[in-house]
Amino acid sequence: MSIVADTLLESRPDVLTDLDREAIEQGDVRTEEMLVNMGPQHPSTHGVLRIVLRTDGEMVLEAIPHIGYLHRCAEKIGENLAPYQYIPYTDRMDYLAGMNNNLAFALAVERLTGLEVSKRAQIIRVIFAELNRIASHLVSMGAYGLDMGAFTPFLYAFREREYILDLFESACGARLTYSYITIGGVTDDVPERFIDICREFLDYFEPKIAEYNNLLSYNHIFVKRTANVGVISAGDALAYGLTGPCLRGSGVKWDLRKVHPDCGYEEYEFDVPVGRGLKGTMGDCWDRYFVRICEMEQSVRILRQALRRLEGTPGEVRNKAGKTVKLPSDAVYYEIENPRGQLGFYVVGDGSTIPYRVKARGPSFCNLSITNAVVKDCLLADVPAIVGSIDVVMGEVDR
Amino acid sequence: MTAEAIVNLLKTRFPEVIRGASLEGCHPHVVVDASHWPAVARFLRDEPQLGFNLLRCISGVDCLEDRELAAVYDLYSARRGATPDANWIAPHEFAVTVRVPRDAPRIPSVADVWPAADWHEREAYDLLGIVFENHPDSIDDVDGPHPRRILCPDDWAGHPLRKDYEFPLEYHGIPAVTEYGQTRPQH
Repeated sequence: MSIVADTLLESRPDVLTDLDREAIEQGDVRTEEMLVNMGPQHPSTHGVLRIVLRTDGEMVLEAIPHIGYLHRCAEKIGENLAPYQYIPYTDRMDYLAGMNNNLAFALAVERLTGLEVSKRAQIIRVIFAELNRIASHLVSMGAYGLDMGAFTPFLYAFREREYILDLFESACGARLTYSYITIGGVTDDVPERFIDICREFLDYFEPKIAEYNNLLSYNHIFVKRTANVGVISAGDALAYGLTGPCLRGSGVKWDLRKVHPDCGYEEYEFDVPVGRGLKGTMGDCWDRYFVRICEMEQSVRILRQALRRLEGTPGEVRNKAGKTVKLPSDAVYYEIENPRGQLGFYVVGDGSTIPYRVKARGPSFCNLSITNAVVKDCLLADVPAIVGSIDVVMGEVDR
Repeated sequence: MTAEAIVNLLKTRFPEVIRGASLEGCHPHVVVDASHWPAVARFLRDEPQLGFNLLRCISGVDCLEDRELAAVYDLYSARRGATPDANWIAPHEFAVTVRVPRDAPRIPSVADVWPAADWHEREAYDLLGIVFENHPDSIDDVDGPHPRRILCPDDWAGHPLRKDYEFPLEYHGIPAVTEYGQTRPQH
């Protein structure tokens, strides 16, 4: 009986301030436990995620995620294809950040085979990785607003994302599954006037971030629904292997672009935004959300530097060694900072052109594993807020 | 600390547990005896010199030629920077491999050392059939206690990433068509 009141007070200290403990306990009756299926078809689960909730009235006692609805044997396919052929499959893992996925796999194979990438190709990679980070965070922001009942920010986010997709289309012809960044470089140089158009976009986009903040981030209803909800401590975040904005939202200033830079990230100036508990407790849903907004600002900073660099760096961007990559009898585990966290590829070679084993470590997969620990003892209405703030892409969870 | 120094530290602390080490190549790692793995894991996490607090990934590998299954644990030690506002750093990066015979693939679970291991171990059981003992999310059925499957349905037969896996031709009445009628990948 009192357990419910305790947890209610702990999980939502801001909600029931005008009631004292006795009043809550009197009004709160333990009801019969009920199993509620949230998903796999549920508007706020971001794909085919099914969470079985054991509830007591409005309280969630246990939340068990069931995944695998989108399992497409990506790792098995990797064992049967040459690395070049596998690049399109990586697009379809985290389909909101295809460029970054291509980059992670390309870097892993390059590390294994010792392939060198030209300076110009590296800069192009940084540009496209950061553009895709912005696009991915825009979807994340818009969809999160949608979860919280705000429809308009979603349209704003997609309006801006469209410009990025146009840029991608101009470079590689695709708007979602790019396969643009490939082993040994990129498939082709950027088109004419790309740099100018990209600059125009950045000038247009930068003021929009303040607009999102006014529209959503500081919106009173949005703050009420996300601040102090689903608090993850820094210790828990590390223990559960959380990475990306979920880890940084808990105040851990850990970004692989700083910790273990590749593609020349060490030469760019940018900050790593972390959660500070501005609207509630450090590590709550609002912090995780706001880290993504701040990261978009930093990506714009990186992009401006990268575009300047690209102008002064001529050179070949394609792989000169040819498309047949022989993988040595060795293994490599390589991770990069994706929009959602660290995407890692473990690639084992056996001397042939086809990998012996390809394993993908999806950031969403690891981030989602903390669900039960966070959702436990929360209100049922907070579940979409928490799951949305973790920002999972099921294509990557199930692979 | 370099990979070599970490291996030496482990060798002095656990002389009979380290079965080998590979320091050359792209993926320096140490091979640890399965039965002592949780103790080594706890040491890797708690030893102040090492402090491997971030389990990045567990990758299962089917080493068919050696009749063994391997679980590869990739670790980072994440530490605070010098000042509260500084970026965190990773003083060490390391990997541990645990190899077990293919006919009795049992590895003690390390989900109590790194909770992140929970889902990774379930995945390694599901796709490769490595049985993690004392896993927090185990079920006990005809195959004995093993972690619950995670990607495949609970009643799936076999472990798809094993090199000798045969593709099922039917699942609950749903016929499965394979390319050229193959039931095994031509690898």
